Amino acid sequence: MRKYLSLVLALCMAFGMFACTSTPATTGPAAKDTATTDTAAGAPAVETLKIGVVCPISGTSAIAGKYITHGVEVVEQELGGKINIKGTDYPVQFIYMDNEASEEKTTNVFQKLIEEEGVIAIVGPDMSKCALAAGSIAQNAGCPVVCTFATNTAVTEIGDYIFRACFIDPFQGQVAATYCWNTGYKTAAILFNNADAYATGLTDAFISSFKALGGTIVASEEYSGSDVKDYNVQLTKLAANNPECLFLPNLLGEMPLQIQQARAVGMTCPIVCGDSADTPEVASVAGAAVEGVVYVSAFSAESTADAAVKFVQAYIAQHDGESPNSNAELAYEATKMVVYALQNAPELTRTSVRDTLATISNLELPSGLITVGADRNPIKGAVIMEYDAAGVSHFVTAVNPS
Amino acid sequence: MSTFLQYLIYGLQLGSVYALLALGYTMVYGIVGMINFAHGDFLMIGALGTFFIAKLFTSFNIDGTYPMLIVAVIIIIAMLGTGAIGVGVEAIAYRPLRNKPRMIALITAVGVSMFLENFPRALPFIGPNPRSFPTLFKTVRYSFLGASITSTQIIMISLAVVVMVGLYLLVNKSKIGAQMRAVSMDKDAAALMGINVNRVISITFFIGGALAAVAGICYASVYPQVEVYMGSWLGTKSFIAAVLGGIGDIRGAMLGGFIMGISEIFATAVNSTFGYAVGFIILIVILLVKPAGIMGKLTKEKV
Repeated sequence: MRKYLSLVLALCMAFGMFACTSTPATTGPAAKDTATTDTAAGAPAVETLKIGVVCPISGTSAIAGKYITHGVEVVEQELGGKINIKGTDYPVQFIYMDNEASEEKTTNVFQKLIEEEGVIAIVGPDMSKCALAAGSIAQNAGCPVVCTFATNTAVTEIGDYIFRACFIDPFQGQVAATYCWNTGYKTAAILFNNADAYATGLTDAFISSFKALGGTIVASEEYSGSDVKDYNVQLTKLAANNPECLFLPNLLGEMPLQIQQARAVGMTCPIVCGDSADTPEVASVAGAAVEGVVYVSAFSAESTADAAVKFVQAYIAQHDGESPNSNAELAYEATKMVVYALQNAPELTRTSVRDTLATISNLELPSGLITVGADRNPIKGAVIMEYDAAGVSHFVTAVNPS
Repeated sequence: MSTFLQYLIYGLQLGSVYALLALGYTMVYGIVGMINFAHGDFLMIGALGTFFIAKLFTSFNIDGTYPMLIVAVIIIIAMLGTGAIGVGVEAIAYRPLRNKPRMIALITAVGVSMFLENFPRALPFIGPNPRSFPTLFKTVRYSFLGASITSTQIIMISLAVVVMVGLYLLVNKSKIGAQMRAVSMDKDAAALMGINVNRVISITFFIGGALAAVAGICYASVYPQVEVYMGSWLGTKSFIAAVLGGIGDIRGAMLGGFIMGISEIFATAVNSTFGYAVGFIILIVILLVKPAGIMGKLTKEKV
């Protein structure tokens, strides 16, 4: 009896582990068979184009992964399983891979996509730390990568095969600093995670830009790692300096708690966040404290540009009324960049796709016209958003690259 | 002075969570003689469970808070549920290994911990997403000698102290407590005296699970984000707290928990990157000076 019980439990456990590690790999409507049948019939061989999508489908950043997947799915639906390249329809397959927001997993899935699946390009990952860990694999293999949300400067410095759809950290820190200064705040305080490339990148840029504009950083406090959930001490120390604004350039796991705790320790100054604040989760954790929090964002769903309206409508229709956030929008833009490169590349090789990506100029996408710069960073604008009392964010102002 | 007091309050707040969890580690170690590494995950089950139970009671939710009676019902259900899971884990995973070498039970405990973290993660209605914890206690802010203290913090700290005193009395004054002490001294002799060892151990795990649920609710009320991995780090730190105070001793667990919480906060105040490591440094220093922990008695282990 006991033996059976333990067998059942062992199976149960094995199932649990399997369910965690298995990656949902959706196959596009056009599977590989189409290509083989074509060849058999004597028609010109049409190879299936595979595009890898790497994002955190599970793990601590699963919310971001959900939006990214949904964003790519909008392109997938637009394409309808095939991509028209110079008059020929090529079947296209998107391979979604889960990196659980971890560096090691990203490295593994990059290897798998490049070596085993033979993808022509990769969309993602969304996090700087993951892109920094896995980027060199793609670079060495010569596979073009368009990161969605990896805003750290060092990401595209890995090599000439690494691109991104988002603006870079310095620009984001610069936008936040410019916004603070223009709004009339002369002093600022910062609380940041010193173990995270995103937070430190934003912090450095904010400090240098804010100082250059004439502002003063009255206090700066750090904490190490996303396991820390108690910031009362640091916030109490910051509050003692009476800053005119508080900059929280941290990730989603920490920043909502910081907003809540900042208000709880009696800080009343305006709070400015990075683009990680662009998700409804912030309001549900921070509660009433979220009112008035502003953040830098890549995109506003309230934008009235044609491409933006078209994207937002398609997204909402496809995903049961869910509104897209920056994660979804950047995933859409990154995928569109890859599709554009495929359609305009002289040959269907990874190198050729890379060369075409590097020459993208004034491509019309939801956030505006995108040009890929010499350093493979896109030249595009940013917006400032503000949360209202109900936890809904609204467009405040647009900031353009200078 | 007011800053010092304020930090002390934060330290007590964090310490009370560590203490409540450390009590579970210490009870199980004291009575069964094994380290239940899955104990931190009982906290997660308590907190996540509370999240779902509170969802069932949403119709009672008025203006974002629940009436006191409903809160009490939610907490009691969560405590009973987590306690029952504790009993179940013991009966399924630990009981068959009770007379095997200790290392086997220890490794099983690590396995149980992984299972408890990853199984809920694989369930579609729980999943890996962090969720925001509902407001169970209305936060009222009091000013006290220049420092501010909230009603939630008062509830947490006093709850930890009350539970510790209650547990101490239970173990030292009640009949079941006498049975627990007997089992802790010698399982076989206790069985010969007519004590139902299995029942005593089940009760121990039940109490441990229920305490972990209380700790989870407290923790999630102050840091309102719950996810399946929240128990792992807290579990490690509380285990350190239990060892620090002298594992197996109830007062020691309490003391260790508060020492860990307060020292972490004060170390963070000195240097914020240093705060996280301070618990380990204290542990090493204390174990060098007093290997059995602050309250622990050194016993020779027969091999």
